[in-house]
Order: sequence, then C-alpha cells, then structure tokens
Amino acid sequence: MNVWLNFLIDSLAFGATFMYGSTGEILTEKAGHLNLGIPGIMCMGGAGGCLVLNLVGNSNLPGFLIVILGILGAFFMSVLMGLIYSFLTITLRANQNVTGLALTTFGVGLMKVIFSKLDSVVYLVGPKELYRWPFAGRTDALQCLGVMFFLAVIIALLASWVLFRTKVGLHLRAVGENPGTADAVGINVTRYKYVATMVGSGIAGLGGFYYIIDYMASMEAYLSLEAFGWLSIALVIFALWRPHMTIIGSTVFGFLFSCSSYITNISWINVTMAAKPLLKMLPYIVTILVLIVTSIRNKREDQPPQSLGLPYFREER
Amino acid sequence: MRVKKANAVQEPLFHLAKRSEIAVWKAWVIRLAVILLGFIVCGLAAFVLIEKLQDDPSKIVDFYKCFYKGAFSTSRKLWKFLKNMAILQCISLAVTPAFRMRFWNIGAEGQTLVSVLGCIAVAFYLGGTVPAGVLLVLMFVAAVLCGMIWALIPALFKARWNTNETLFTLMMNYVATFLVSYFLIVWVPSGSSTLGKLNYGKLPSFGHDYLVIILIALILTIGLYIYLKHSKHGYEISVVGESVRTAQYSGINVKKVIIRTMAVSGMLCGLSGFLIGAGLDQSVTTESVGGQGFTAIMVSWLAKFNPLVMLLTSGLISLLNSGAAQISQDLNVNGAFPDVITGIILFFIIGCEFFINYRIIFRKRSQSILNKEGVK
Amino acid sequence: MEKSIALSMRGITKRFGSVVANNHVDLDVYQGEILSILGENGCGKTTLMNMIAGIYFPDEGKIYKEGQEVVIRSPKDAFDLKIGMIHQHFKLVDLFTAAENIVLGVKQENAYNLKDVNNRVSEIAQKYGFHIDPRKKIYDMSVSEKQTVEIIKVLYRGADILILDEPTAVLTPQEIERLFNVLKRMKEDGKSIIIITHKLHEVLSVSDRVAILRKGEHIATVETKDATESSLTEMMVGKKITLNIDRSEPKNPQPRLFVKNLNCVDPEGIQVLKDVSFTANGGEILGIAGIAGSGQRELLEAIAGLQPLTGGEIIFHNPKKDQPVTFFHKSLNRVKELASQEAFHDEYGNPISFGGMNNKQIRGWVESGKVLFKEDEVMNLRDKTPLEIRELGVRLSFVPEDRLGMGLVGSMGITDNMMLRSYRKGPAGFVDRKKPRQLADEIIRELEVATPGVNTPVRRLSGGNVQKVLVGREIAFAPKVLMAAYPVRGLDINSSYTIYNLLNKQKEKGVAVIFVGEDLDVLLGLCDRILVINSGKITGLVDARTATKEEIGLMMTQTDTPAKEAVPCV
Repeated sequence: MNVWLNFLIDSLAFGATFMYGSTGEILTEKAGHLNLGIPGIMCMGGAGGCLVLNLVGNSNLPGFLIVILGILGAFFMSVLMGLIYSFLTITLRANQNVTGLALTTFGVGLMKVIFSKLDSVVYLVGPKELYRWPFAGRTDALQCLGVMFFLAVIIALLASWVLFRTKVGLHLRAVGENPGTADAVGINVTRYKYVATMVGSGIAGLGGFYYIIDYMASMEAYLSLEAFGWLSIALVIFALWRPHMTIIGSTVFGFLFSCSSYITNISWINVTMAAKPLLKMLPYIVTILVLIVTSIRNKREDQPPQSLGLPYFREER
Repeated sequence: MRVKKANAVQEPLFHLAKRSEIAVWKAWVIRLAVILLGFIVCGLAAFVLIEKLQDDPSKIVDFYKCFYKGAFSTSRKLWKFLKNMAILQCISLAVTPAFRMRFWNIGAEGQTLVSVLGCIAVAFYLGGTVPAGVLLVLMFVAAVLCGMIWALIPALFKARWNTNETLFTLMMNYVATFLVSYFLIVWVPSGSSTLGKLNYGKLPSFGHDYLVIILIALILTIGLYIYLKHSKHGYEISVVGESVRTAQYSGINVKKVIIRTMAVSGMLCGLSGFLIGAGLDQSVTTESVGGQGFTAIMVSWLAKFNPLVMLLTSGLISLLNSGAAQISQDLNVNGAFPDVITGIILFFIIGCEFFINYRIIFRKRSQSILNKEGVK
Repeated sequence: MEKSIALSMRGITKRFGSVVANNHVDLDVYQGEILSILGENGCGKTTLMNMIAGIYFPDEGKIYKEGQEVVIRSPKDAFDLKIGMIHQHFKLVDLFTAAENIVLGVKQENAYNLKDVNNRVSEIAQKYGFHIDPRKKIYDMSVSEKQTVEIIKVLYRGADILILDEPTAVLTPQEIERLFNVLKRMKEDGKSIIIITHKLHEVLSVSDRVAILRKGEHIATVETKDATESSLTEMMVGKKITLNIDRSEPKNPQPRLFVKNLNCVDPEGIQVLKDVSFTANGGEILGIAGIAGSGQRELLEAIAGLQPLTGGEIIFHNPKKDQPVTFFHKSLNRVKELASQEAFHDEYGNPISFGGMNNKQIRGWVESGKVLFKEDEVMNLRDKTPLEIRELGVRLSFVPEDRLGMGLVGSMGITDNMMLRSYRKGPAGFVDRKKPRQLADEIIRELEVATPGVNTPVRRLSGGNVQKVLVGREIAFAPKVLMAAYPVRGLDINSSYTIYNLLNKQKEKGVAVIFVGEDLDVLLGLCDRILVINSGKITGLVDARTATKEEIGLMMTQTDTPAKEAVPCV
C-alpha cells in the first residue's frame, strides 16, 4: 500500500482519540458547561479500563467479553469523574474553569498512581490484540483500525443525530443556549445538565482508554495522554460544536500531529527535525484562527453555546 | 380538575437563597472545617492507594506527619518550600488583575513559559558577549515583553471582536509549549532536546540562593495589593469587573482597561518567567512552568483575588505538594500522588464556597401552621 | 347573547414584602371575548396576570376555571389548564427556528417530527391569519415576528385563554392592526383573550370589556361600548392627591440645556426617540411624564453621553459672561486652549492671552479671579462620551434608573462609590480616598443614611439608603444640570421626601433639574413644567401648577391624535 494511504489510515486511527474526547466535550458544552477537566477524565478513563483489564486480562473469559468489560470500565470511571464535576458545577454552582482544572490535576495524578500499580503484561499484552479486531494480525496499516475506532465514528455520528435530529437534543441545546427559557417551558434543566455532562465525560474517557490500549498499545502511553485531552478541547472549537465534524477535524489534527514523523521519512521532502514541533503547533494555530474567524464573522450557528460557563440559578420568587 | 385547597401549596423540601452577608469568622470556620474534612478524605484515599498503609494502619500518623516533614523538617526543605511558594505566588499574582476584571485568562502557563524562553534566548545568544549586568537587564526586558505580547494577542481580539478569551488563552499555552520544543531542537544540535544549564545570566543572590526570589515575590504581593486597592488603574479594574454599564457611566474606556490590564497580567507572568529562567533554571524545557500556570488560577480564585490572602492559598497548595512528595518518598507511592491530594483538597474548598454564598432554607414550618389555621 | 365564564378570580391578594401589589381583586373572563386590563405603571396589572400564568402564587384568594377551583403553581400547570401568557420579554431561544421554539418542551409522541410541526404551525397560522415561516431562525426575526412565534407557541399547546402583556408596545401601527385582526379571529373561535395595556385607543378599538386597576385595586369593569377615553382616564388616574411638597417659585429661570430634534434607534432597530426637542431652564424642575419605556431612559442617557444618536443636538448653555474662570471643573490645559481662542478678558474688558507665561503664573492669575469669560459658554454635547463632557467642564449630574447596575458599584462601600465620578482627580497614579471619605461621612450625616459603616458594600443597604448615596454624590458634584430617573421608585415616604427636598434645594441654587417620574401626583406637586413623552415623541408640555392629571394621562396614552402644540421655550 502506498505511503500516503498508510498515512491517512494512521491519521484516522490517531484522530479517534480526540474524536472521543471532543464528542464528549461537545455534549457537555452544549449543556452550557465548559469542562476543562476533560484531560483528567480521559486519563481516568484509560486508568479505569486498564484497571478492569488488569483483573480480567488473564482470565478465560471470551475475547469479546474482555473487550466490552474494558470499555465499560473506562466508561464508568469517567462517568464518576463527570459526576464530581457535575455535582460541583451544577448543584454547588462552582466556577467551571477552576473545577475543571482541579479535576484535571486530580485525574492525571490519580491515573499515574494507578498505572504504577498495574501489570502491563496482564492489561496490555494480551488484550491489545483483541481490540484490534477485525483487522488483527494484518501487516498493513489497516491493522490499527480496531473496534474502538469504529465505535468512535459511530458515537460521533450518533451524537450529532441526537443533538440535531431528536427532541432530547433540541431540549439539551435549549438548556445550553438559554436555560431560563428551557426552564419556563418545563424542561428539567438540572437533569439535562447532569446527564449530558456525565455521558459526555464517559465518552471522552473512552478516548483515553483507546489511546492506551489500542492506538499506542504501549506501557508508556499514559504519560503522553494529558496533552491529547487539551487537543480535544481545541478540536471542539475547530468542529464548531458539531460532533460529526470531529471526524474530519480529528483526522486533520492527527495528520498534523503525526505527519512530522512521516515527512522526515520521505526523502524528497527535505525537512529538518526542527520542523516537527512547528507542525505539532499547527492544530492549535488553526484552532485559534477558527476561533478568530468565527468571532469576526459572528455567524450565530458557529458560536459557543450562549450560556457556556455561566451557572444557572432560578431566582426565588 | 378536582377542587383543591388553595393553601395546600406544595413547597419543595428546601430551597436555596443567596446569603446577603456572612460574618468573616464564620466563613473561615466553614473553610477550615472543610479543609480538615478534605484531609480526612485524603487519608482514606491513601489507604486505598498505598500498600504500606494497608499493611500497617498505624502508619496513618506518619502519613499526616509528612505534611509537616515535607515542608518544615529541615532548613533545606523549608527553603525549597518557600521557593516553590514564591514562584506559585508570583504567577498567581499575575493572573489576578485580569480575573478581577472578569477576564478569564487561563493562559498564564503559556505566558510564563514564553517569558522563560525569551529570557533564556537572550542568555543563549548574548551570554558572554555583553557584561553580566547588561545581560540580566536584557533578559528581564525580553521576559516581560514576551509575556506581555502573549497576553495582549487574546486581549486585542477580545476587545475588538469579543473573541472568547478562555478558549483563546488556553490554545496559546500549547503554541508556547511547541515553540519551546522548536527552539530546543534548534539550540541543541545533539538531538537530545535538553538544554544544559547555561553559564550566563544568573540572578545574583545573597544570603540564600532562594532569598532573592522570595523577597521579590513578597514585594510583588504588596505592590500588586497597592496597585489593585489604591491606584486609579486598580479602581477602574474593579468597576469594569463589577459592571460594564457602570464603567461607561463613569466615563471609563472599557476596551482600554481590558487591554491595559491584560498587558499588566502578561508582564507579571513575564517577571515570573524571568525568576524561573534567570533565578532558578538557567535553562528552559517544555516543563519549565510545570502546570503552575493552571494551579495559579485556582490559587488566585481561592483567595478571592486578594493578593494578601493569596499568600495563604499558595502556601496551602505548596504545603500539600511538598507534603505529598514526602509521602511518595516515605511510603513508596508514585510521584504523582501530590496531585491526587491537591485535587481532593481543591474539590472540598471549591464545594464549600457554595455553603458560604448560599443558604439552604428548609420547608417552612409556618406553612403547616397556616394549614391548621385554614382548617379553623 | 349569554356567554359562559371561562375564568374567574376571587379575592386575589399578593404582597411583596410590605408592598401590596394586588388587594382582593375579583375578575371574570368570559369565553370568546377580549378583555383589556387597564392601569398605570405599577398598578398591579402584570402581577395579577402572572398569577394566572403560574409565575406567582397568590397569597390569598381563589381562581376558578370554568367553575372549578384550580391551583396554578407553575407555567406548566397553566399550560395544562390551557392558559398561556405572552410576556413582554420574549422567552425564545435565538438560535432555534420558529418551529423548534414552538415545539420546545411539548410532551407529545413524535413531537420532534419537524415536518408535522411545520404543518401544524402553518395550519394554526392560516386559521388565524398569521404570517410566519416556521423555518426562520429567531435571531433573523423582527419583534413582531417573535411575538407571533410566542402566540403560536401558546396556541400550539392548545391554550384557550391567552394573556398578552403590553403586546403593542414594540409594534408599528400596521403590525398592531394585523395583531388585532388575529385577536378578533381568535375571539370568534371561542378563545378568551386578555390584553394588559395602558393605551386607551387600543382598548376602545379592540376589546369588549375593560377592567381598570389602580394601585392594586380593581376599580371597575365596564363594557367598552359604554366607555370613553376621558371616563377611562378618570378611573385610571383617580382623584388628585395633594402632596405636601414645598414648591418655590422659580427665580429668574435661565435656559441651560437645549435639546433639539433628538432621534435614537435601539439595537433591535426600533426608533425609541423621535424628534425630541425641549429646553431645560436653570432654577426650575422640569418633569418628564410618560408610560414606562416610552423613551425616558434613552433620552437621559443620550444627554449623559451614553446613548448613540441618529440625529439631533444637545446644546449646553453656561451663563459665564463676565464670570471668573476657575479650576473647579476646568483643567489648566483646557484653560490655555480657551485662552488661545480668546475666550477670556480681564476686569477692564481687555483680551487676555497667556503668551510667554509659565504654568505657575497662569495658575496664579486664574486663581486671583481676574480672568473672566468674554461670552457665555455654549457647547454641543452630541456624540461626546461622559468623560469628554466632564473634561469640557460641563457639570452634568445623572441619577440613573438602574441604581446598582449603573449608578453605583454594588460590591463597593460608600467611600469607593463617591470616587466613581471623580477618581481621576488628584495626583497621577493613585486614588485619593481622603476627600471621598469626607464626602461619604457628610452624606451619611446630612442625609441620614442608615449603614453599618462607610465601607459596607452598598448592595447591602436598603433601597432608600442606596438612593440617598447616589443622589448625594451627584449633588456633591455641584451640577448645573441634574437629571434624575425615577429617583423615588421603591422608596418609603420619608426617603421620598428627603429626595424631593434635595431636588428642590438644587432648583433654588439655580440648577436645571430634570425629573423623570411615574406618579402623576408627585410630578404635579414637585415640578414647575411637565413634559409628556409618548412612544418616543413629545406629546405635550404643561404648567404643573395648572395642569390636571386627566390632561396628562391622555397625553401619555393617546397615540392617534396629533401631538399637542409644544409650548415654546420660556
């Protein structure tokens, strides 16, 4: 297969990490909550999944069950993290930025502590092949597209469908745009915020798990995970708060992030090592440009949800 | 629709009301109690995470002793604690002016890192060619300028097009990180991307190596307190933060204040970067600031943006860090354990502000009295 | 034809703290009628209707729907009883289409089949004669279209009682006519419609019956065909109450502020000021009467430099001829600038130039009081910012309607609030709290402000004390023009009288006082002349000593009749 196709597939596979992260963050932001705890949540998702695999990785359970248990472990651990964030910002109306940053500090730290106690032979070496289904064992680039990659695409499309084509999505967007109006027509604002934030966190957590167990599949992977959490938040802006756009966006980001290693392998492009970090900087620069351009164009559909970052408190009458 | 009693109002079990006032001592009692509670939960977390404690629960005493031991047991530890606190304090001070204006600048990490880069760049290129004093001045100017520019970019877009400053400043952090990686590759031909300690541009010290940094942090604290409390700029910042309409009414140019205040924030980040670059590391890595730009946001917020109170909060966070580091060492857990402790304590402090700001009013008993009267 | 009662209220009372908003109101609404609720601002019209719509819960009294007693605790309860209210401030999600807003929160199977929704919306629209594109986004809509969406939203939920709060306030005459046609069709369809309003001609043209409220009490309900504008006005404003305000005769009133043909358009594109012209004289109180939201706020803010204008001029006239120049409100640079324009002369009439003098010498000369203005100062304040106005030396004080959101900083103490308009004075860099502190102490003492201390955040003070702080500061500025918007709103009797006396004292000092009020008794008792504003236009100027409440009431509410001849400037 030619090198460019490999490159594309690798970008897609890499991008799935942020696809999960930003789809989750979009759901949260659509409910009006800017969750800066996503890096911590993704880390804890990875830790949760691997924690479960550490228990079942050596067992005689059928392979598909191990795969599902790992995913569920990642999901529920991240939902728990989301619960901490939701309780503090929704019920206790704490500052969202500060809560999110504290959650990231906590999550990244706890993940490292947890991984220091896990046995990579158990949680990684055996299970990682299972997650590569259906392309496990192939020698070409396709081998890196496993179940969790397809799950990411499905979740992103599903999230878009729910947000923009269903009643639940309509209500959720109303909550994020104008909670007062949503409240007045009888929508339970608190419940929508909780569910969106926790489900969003669960989805984001899968991204961390995917990165560790599938894309990188190495025992050091968790050390570089935090940065991709932040990249996921950037991708939300790039995708203009539309989950399906994260599929394209994550591929572009994955491309920019990993192309440095490809480009230096190609003889006819003479690039120095120094270009690598500049290429890695590009996703963020592009995101800033998107942010600036959308604010100058001021098109309403492309703006962050109107009540993003603001706590909702129904005045007592 | 059946006939219902008009006064059978279904009032919820409790409702929330904003407190108009709470005695200062009461607020602090609540905060202290909550921090204590947080420490207890930290102890529980330690039981789950630390094998040594599971083997021997009596070691829990050692666990709590570590917080003292880590920061105060030897003079070396004390100095280190004070130095960490000073740097954290400086960056926390830097983010404060913008926050008082309700400009959510979460880019202190990047602003500081770029300043370290700027100041080390001067030392790298000019070290040895100009006198040491001049070099230091140039490093200082470079650091302050870099921090200022990094802060001004989002501020200008905010003032002109109302571009979301939180997301913008967040992105700027990563641009800064990769800018550092870039220069490390350019400067270190070996490919290791690790810049050794430079021989030039060391901030002179007296007494103790860290004394100068600590003194600067103290002076800066008092200086910023005076700036915010007693200067005309500080007054304008408070008015803009409270209400843009009041600011316009009193003739304040809101855009100008936003830009000027962010410039001040950036310059203070620059100063912090100078202290890290010239005062401590004489080198730069992508981890030179090490997340303190983010921690500073929490420190500043916890102190209600008051520079003097910030001494307490930055002290608390530094204490947690050095204590938990000691725990990692003594009880053999991963080096990331301090972050877990910090996170838990932060959750508790963040949550407790709610109980200081709001009152929970349970369903009034008067309602049931009213019902009885209705029966009569 | 006997009509059945759709809704009735019996003995409804609602209190907010010590204020009684509604006092034992009885009201019936028939099926298939349009009922107007008429009353002045603050008479409790909206509060009463909010209790039917589930926003408030009555303290006393009962509500019956079709003879059955009902309890309405939330807007949802109201919807379930087929009652829907269209509020003055629309509750719509800007980013959504009309159809999406209409269907929001509706609990029905298949509710999110937008095709069905669009069809049903079109059906409703056709039935009653609305024009609406269900796919259009709210942010692209005019006010009238948004109102249509709100009405359809209520109809979509099957409401048969519709309450409209001031529906015509934001509409053009053509839109009003269209709305009324729609309402009539709904009435024919058997729906009951309640309109809250204060516009008499609309009441007469559209409604079947009129219920009049005054100060929270239900005065009467009359058949529209038996009512006339003057009979309704009389019931609405009530008998004149003479207030015991000490009003002095204006002494030698001098024109101070000329406002000429002001025009102003708000961000929604509605023209809020239309060719407003008047003159405010020094030494008198000029009252501005009008229904709330008729352009009073924009007018005062325009004069204060806070409101961009589309046309007109604001001329400030300072009778300075042969008066000495002072540094009280003029900077040294400004004095030099004026000198270069040959604006000064000495006591013998010789022109003054500061050529060749240093700053200290200039300062000395000015302070000796021998540098005099050659002419009265005339300045155009249009398009000047508040700071520029102040730097010109125009002493213009403004007590805005929104005390804590605009006039004061709620989280700051009295001292810091004193500095709001003057903090720039004094040496560069640092604020001087000494003088503001003295001023704060003085105001607390003189105006008897009840506060725990000068540094207690003003947000924690009671309404009356907040107002005393604000008015005290604006007066301490030694103004030439003092504008006050609703300065006694929400204040108790004693505080109100304190404010009246302060304004009177300013008038006696020769200040041009502009007083925007809502209580006609107060306006008639306090002011010298009263300007009436109606939908952004000046509809009359009367002498407060001879005018009647009915006369002013009519000018405030009539829109069809041409504006009364504005009395030329005194």
